[in-house]
Amino acid sequence: MSSFVVDKDGIKRYAVTVNVNGSDYTKVIKANTLLVNLLRDDLDLTGTKRGCELGDCGCCTVMLDGNPVNACLVLAIDCDGREITTIEGIQDGEDLDIVQEKFIEHAGFQCGFCTPGMIVSSRALLNENPSPTEYEVREAIAGNLCRCTGYVNIVAAVLDAAENL
Amino acid sequence: MKQDYSYVGKSVDRNDSYGKTTGHAQYTADLKFPGMLYGKLIRSTIAHGRIKSIDTSEAEKLNGVKAIITAKDVPSMKWGLSPARFDENIFCIDKVRYHGDKIGAVCAVDEETVYKALKLIKVEYEELPAVFTWQDAAKEGAPQIFEEYPGNLNTEIHHHFGDVDAALKDAYYVRTDKFQGQRTYHAFIENHASAAYWDGDRAFLYSSCQSVHYVQYHLCRVLGMKMGNLTVRQTNVGAGFGGKLDPTGLDFAAVILSKITGQPVKMWYDHAETFLNGRGRHPMTMELTTGVDKNGKILAHKFDCVLEGGAYTGLGIASSYYAGSLLGVLYLIDNYKFDCRRYVTNLPPCGAQRGHGQPQPRFAFEHHIDLVGEAIGVDPIDMRLINARKGNSITTAGYEVKSYNLVGANKMARDASGWTEKRGKMGVGRGIGVGNGGFVTGAGFCQYRTDYPHSVGMVKIFDDGTRAYVYSNAVDIGQGSDTVLMQMAAEAMGYPYERCQMVTGDTDLSTLDFGAYASRQTLMAGWAVKRAGAEVKKKVLAKACEMLKASGRIKEGFGYLDGPLTPEDLDCVEGIVFVKQEPAVKLTFEEVARKYFVDHGVLLGRGWYHPGKLGGNHKGAAVGTSPAYSSATQVAEVQVDMETGQIECVDTWDVHDSGTIINPKLFHGQVHGAFYMGVGETIWEEVKFDKKTGKLLNGNFAEYRLPTALDMPPVESLTLDDSYEPNGPYGLKEVGEGATTPTMGAVANAIYDAMGVSMTELPITYEKVWRALRDKKASGK
Repeated sequence: MSSFVVDKDGIKRYAVTVNVNGSDYTKVIKANTLLVNLLRDDLDLTGTKRGCELGDCGCCTVMLDGNPVNACLVLAIDCDGREITTIEGIQDGEDLDIVQEKFIEHAGFQCGFCTPGMIVSSRALLNENPSPTEYEVREAIAGNLCRCTGYVNIVAAVLDAAENL
Repeated sequence: MKQDYSYVGKSVDRNDSYGKTTGHAQYTADLKFPGMLYGKLIRSTIAHGRIKSIDTSEAEKLNGVKAIITAKDVPSMKWGLSPARFDENIFCIDKVRYHGDKIGAVCAVDEETVYKALKLIKVEYEELPAVFTWQDAAKEGAPQIFEEYPGNLNTEIHHHFGDVDAALKDAYYVRTDKFQGQRTYHAFIENHASAAYWDGDRAFLYSSCQSVHYVQYHLCRVLGMKMGNLTVRQTNVGAGFGGKLDPTGLDFAAVILSKITGQPVKMWYDHAETFLNGRGRHPMTMELTTGVDKNGKILAHKFDCVLEGGAYTGLGIASSYYAGSLLGVLYLIDNYKFDCRRYVTNLPPCGAQRGHGQPQPRFAFEHHIDLVGEAIGVDPIDMRLINARKGNSITTAGYEVKSYNLVGANKMARDASGWTEKRGKMGVGRGIGVGNGGFVTGAGFCQYRTDYPHSVGMVKIFDDGTRAYVYSNAVDIGQGSDTVLMQMAAEAMGYPYERCQMVTGDTDLSTLDFGAYASRQTLMAGWAVKRAGAEVKKKVLAKACEMLKASGRIKEGFGYLDGPLTPEDLDCVEGIVFVKQEPAVKLTFEEVARKYFVDHGVLLGRGWYHPGKLGGNHKGAAVGTSPAYSSATQVAEVQVDMETGQIECVDTWDVHDSGTIINPKLFHGQVHGAFYMGVGETIWEEVKFDKKTGKLLNGNFAEYRLPTALDMPPVESLTLDDSYEPNGPYGLKEVGEGATTPTMGAVANAIYDAMGVSMTELPITYEKVWRALRDKKASGK
């Protein structure tokens, strides 16, 4: 269990260390702090979006030890000592990842609000399965809602990325 | 008429590509300011009642709470989107009108404290009886929601062109059908957010909205501010679809709370609150009567429509007019009667959603006309071809239609989909259906009364010519307007698109535009930036002419020139200025622009657009008149499980008559998204309320069922090569909303073809299909 201090209202505040996009960060949080809020409010990584806060829309998707999760359904305290990849960590230095490049080429986004989660889910799929079928792509992003694109160009972008990994 | 262009017609990448794919694109809720406070609205917990008291004393004592405001702390002037029906206050004054209505606002040092404070605020009500359907609202003795709307009747329209009764009497076949639509919701993924701060007597507001101008106008009017004292800005907007056109309680509250506290305040809706903010599609109760001759030619049509409006008007008057005003654009109907009523009820207000008032009436008509055709033995596409409008014509209501190729769209969709081989020939459970639609390309009038141009644009060339700033407050809510506006400005200037940059989303720094609604921006803001670009080009050619002459490279009488070199002898393409008859004699745009800056200062181009006087003189003609109309045909193929009622949309085709396509990649994206919303509304989507309390039941994406990637069928998006609209810059017209309007009809007609039972109530859920099939079996037909 992480070490904690008790504040004047008697609430425990825990020190956690998370590795985000390759760097360690130590923050003092409450037991009910959500991962999405830790990323956005404490680390200023606002690429991870806050949408429904119920696990329905998927726009807060990040990788936790390589697996895609809804950051609104994960407690930050459970991430102590673990590795997180957010949308800001998908690219390699100044080079965009192939998934990002193909989203651009196919216009796999419009308003862009679901895009960080969509790209993280897509990248997580390709890490596990480098040559997915169209159905597997659709299944992998079924938890990421997009109201703008009808998913048509997103699916095309992910399949094209897979071919060019 | 079409030319070779450098950028128009090219699928260039979106200008926001890097930011949106890397997580660096900022949205309003991502903003942080030093000393920023967080705020939320206090909402009604009953559907209808008088506010007896509001006790904020416990909440005020909570450590970290900075301010709490209610109606007594804010101006009482009413607002709305349509001057004829301003009926909404910043916060409820005397009574609340729906479960979730705005009562006040709280701000505190962090989110958690805001939520704690909200729980400590006690509102006492004298509860009043409430109505949740238009049928109950219209009953004699029903509770009155507004004094100004006796009988809860908010809007009434009676249009009558020609003589419907006489024409029906002479008809070969007359048929009446009834349809029911449902309440749907835009379901953008980014919740509304606002952030405001003050500097002396100047306020600055960031709003996740579809029109910085309308937000600025309405706030200033209600708050008694000069428009020059309120700057409205925006970052990226996480889509809108009509739901972010009305100013929200957040916009008002953020400005007021930041004034009171002297600190920046950020406000936001959580997900359920965006549903409570409402403004989605009206449920419509529709009755259609059509008389045809024996070939299927429509002789007369009667449309009776009732809208359940929710608690306030918002854009509801326009929704009501749109329900009936565009049918006569699609089809040639000499005798047309449109009767419409909109009632207020104790539910969140309805308003504009992609396609505005039109998609449900399109669903009803497109299915109805198939039933008419079936009765007289005419194929659905033939029914549409017989009655389709042609270009360069004037509608019965007086609207002028220039380019219009609905006939071509139907034929192309028929051929691409394999209609002739499939229709009625695929066996039980499989069906194919067609639907038509289209939309205005911008409304003919401002929402409030003004003589301002609708769009103003500007281009400024950077000092040394290495960048072109394109100014327009057109709002990119995801549709890609920034990209296509820069493509058009670059084309007009002859300057590289890649070196253009938008200056937008700021009422101080950029130029007036009414914003993203009525599919207006590509045409209206397009004209403004095209004209601005053309002015820059004119100045560049004049300066280049001067430079070439001074350089001694051009001599009078030099072979290809009759007299002295003039600017008309020059052209500029992709950043190179050259003599048209001797392209080797050239200068770069950059060097010419730099010289211009040295000699005259800033190199500027200005443009503006006003649609001028458009057609239609009847009351309400303002809603429906437009400089240009798109048309579209969609065909859908579905598989219905005859045991369970499950519907799978298998394949779809869309042909959109959209004039010149500025960016094909973005164009097709609009069609995909429009179809997506349409098919969701046809089969799955419906906002639901508790029938006794009016409380929202499914304000989340688990129970408000958006289609996922697994539900979405492929969409083959096709275009008509010869489509060219003379009233649009480069010959363009709309796509964004028109492509939603045929979908419900096409899918419903395919379902009918598959199972032989007519489904007249949206959404056509699996359960409704299962029940209909069971009833059909039981009746033995």
